[in-house]
Amino acid sequence: MPENKELLLAMPENKEVLLSVRNMSICFGKGKNLFKAVKNVSFDIFKGETFGLVGESGSGKTTIGRAIIRINPTTSGDVIFKGQKINGKISRELDRKVTREIQMIFQDPMASLNERAKVDYIVSEGLLNGEKISEKVRRDRVEKALSEVGLLPEFASRFPHEFSGGQRQRIGVARALIMQPDFIIADEPISALDVSIRAQVLNLLSVLQKERGLTYLFISHDLSVMRFICDRIAVIHKGVLVELAETEKLFAHPLHPYTRALLSAIPLPDPAREKNKVLEVYDPTQHDYSFDQPKWVEIEKGHMVWGNEKELAKYREMLKA
Amino acid sequence: MEKPILSVRNLNIKFNLRGRTLHALRDVSLDLYKGESLAIVGESGSGKSVFVKSFMGLLDANGWVDSGEILYNGEDLTGYKKEKQWLGVRGKQIAMVLQDPMTSLNPLKTIGAQIMEAIELHQGLHGEEAREEMLSVLTDVGITEPERRAKQYPHEFSGGMRQRVVIAIAVACRPQILICDEPTTALDVTIQAQILSLIRQLKQKYNLTTIYITHDLGVVANVADRIAVMYAGDIVEIGLCEEVFYDSRHPYTWALLSSLPQLGVKGEPLYSIHGTPPNLFNEVKGDAFAPRNPQALKIDFVKRPPYFEVSPTHKARTWLLDPRAPKIEPPEAVRKLATEGVKGYA
Ligand SMILES: Nc1ncnc2c1ncn2[C@@H]1O[C@H](COP(=O)(O)OP(=O)(O)OP(=O)(O)O)[C@@H](O)[C@H]1O
Ligand SMILES: Nc1ncnc2c1ncn2[C@@H]1O[C@H](COP(=O)(O)OP(=O)(O)OP(=O)(O)O)[C@@H](O)[C@H]1O
Ligand SMILES: [Mg+2]
Ligand SMILES: [Mg+2]
Repeated sequence: MPENKELLLAMPENKEVLLSVRNMSICFGKGKNLFKAVKNVSFDIFKGETFGLVGESGSGKTTIGRAIIRINPTTSGDVIFKGQKINGKISRELDRKVTREIQMIFQDPMASLNERAKVDYIVSEGLLNGEKISEKVRRDRVEKALSEVGLLPEFASRFPHEFSGGQRQRIGVARALIMQPDFIIADEPISALDVSIRAQVLNLLSVLQKERGLTYLFISHDLSVMRFICDRIAVIHKGVLVELAETEKLFAHPLHPYTRALLSAIPLPDPAREKNKVLEVYDPTQHDYSFDQPKWVEIEKGHMVWGNEKELAKYREMLKA
Repeated sequence: MEKPILSVRNLNIKFNLRGRTLHALRDVSLDLYKGESLAIVGESGSGKSVFVKSFMGLLDANGWVDSGEILYNGEDLTGYKKEKQWLGVRGKQIAMVLQDPMTSLNPLKTIGAQIMEAIELHQGLHGEEAREEMLSVLTDVGITEPERRAKQYPHEFSGGMRQRVVIAIAVACRPQILICDEPTTALDVTIQAQILSLIRQLKQKYNLTTIYITHDLGVVANVADRIAVMYAGDIVEIGLCEEVFYDSRHPYTWALLSSLPQLGVKGEPLYSIHGTPPNLFNEVKGDAFAPRNPQALKIDFVKRPPYFEVSPTHKARTWLLDPRAPKIEPPEAVRKLATEGVKGYA
């Protein structure tokens, strides 16, 4: 039995790339106030996987998500979705397709829902910009989307403040699902929730993935949750991707010192371990990039890391040990 | 542990909401010992915040202590009628750090001015003396270049630094008890770890008694000497940190621990508690968790369980501890936590 399960959980060899981000940079402001929020980031997301993006507050996670769904313009680089470039100037037709097929669930369930609109309107808002549909079809689709996230049809006539945190987050999920997307960007979908509601929302996301073959970009700073649901995890620090690997690989062999610091800081619900744990502190001044410049390199199959020649040599030693 | 610094006896707190009465705390008792670190955990809405707010006279205007006592230094705080009486306790004796540091800071005043204010008010220092104390407090909470930083406004600080400032203000008042309500929820793990270790250092330096409220059981494992588990306005289990993590007895505690992603199996659904917590507008009958507990006993629906003692430091309100009750084992995930612990990183 256990062997069987491992086979099922393993990634197929020929993974189909759904989304590619290549050398993407995003800047805010101009001149003296120019701020580079995302710096030359590259990664692929495979069809059907849950891809995690983790990093400290302000590291650029939400900005990347917003760039993929075309809310934030990119300064340079490419975003390729199903083989087509979708950033920068694109045809209206392609823009429509992207708007429908890629959906985002926003960070704060309290702030992201329009307080004065009824659930019915909130959930079907995205349909308004698409092709015309009859009122009956619209209602049916709202009802279906609500039931998929475990909410009753009569909730459609209520206002957001009449729901608990977990229910509000489900409304956000229903609003994304109604578009029948292939790809969902979930930005901290659970951080505002308590333990038991968190489990409900995570289970819901994974059921939907199985039923519909959805692909997720899961943004979070809760590494315990990410370990549980992500197939692969990318670590970002101040706008730079520093490491990317399959989840268990990353936990077993973290290479970049920032990844190591992050993993060592995860609070473990186990007092015997937690009270004796050793924190690794990340000091960015340890990198000397004055001559030997860093690169984004595949150091072993599927394991990317950011480092210069000297650091990469050290990481290779660490992998051998 | 020494003698209790704060004793709560049979506390009942109610709220009036559009003509209906909500029974938020149902007969809660607790002894808080000097120098200890107590964590309060429990479902959203179980009464954690209401409980600690009542120690500082900070209940919303539609809420009141219906009966019971809160004894601090031999005095019953529930007898306080005037805001002036509370001012002697609030901040001075018992201080609180909230989840969102922005709500506790004034955006229009410099960081230095806000800390000075607290020092002048609570330590009676003035002028240059107060300024020096302010700089030393900033250093205490790990803010480098305090001279420059003191002149800045809250929006010029990152989230983690703001939370340090709120802690600085709380500690500047030299309180006996420091209450932290979700102090690190908005922060990422590396900064969270720094703040927790900061609170621990200050606790030792000033012999503080601390209460933490958090949903993150990892944080609890890190900071707590003792844990109180709340459900529907009641403490259903309380014990030493190790007793609650490794030898819990109440079915709600089991359910809480089972929902941890660290105990889940990848690719399988995570345990989740079904149903919803009881409506506190209605009278709760029996064990409040019974309707959501698939293994509830008949008596759980009829009679409220008393506390049964598991050890001198550990007790739980569940009929399962009655000698006549059938033997029901905790779920496998919870047993595994005791025998194997959770995985960390290599
Ligand atoms: N519209 C904007 N104008 C100027 N700066 C911005 C804008 N949006 C984001 N930034 C800046 O870009 C950086 C990255 O922000 P982003 O919201 O992507 O961070 P994040 O990783 O999602 O953080 P968090 O975990 O706190 O949500 C931050 O320094 C932020 O202040
Ligand atoms: N001002 C108020 N008016 C009416 N009911 C209130 C008021 N404040 C709190 N309550 C109710 O009292 C109960 C306990 O609330 P409390 O804020 O203490 O929960 P909590 O355990 O801190 O939850 P969370 O983990 O979500 O912060 C809840 O049912 C809440 O709805
Ligand atoms: Mg964000
Ligand atoms: Mg609370």
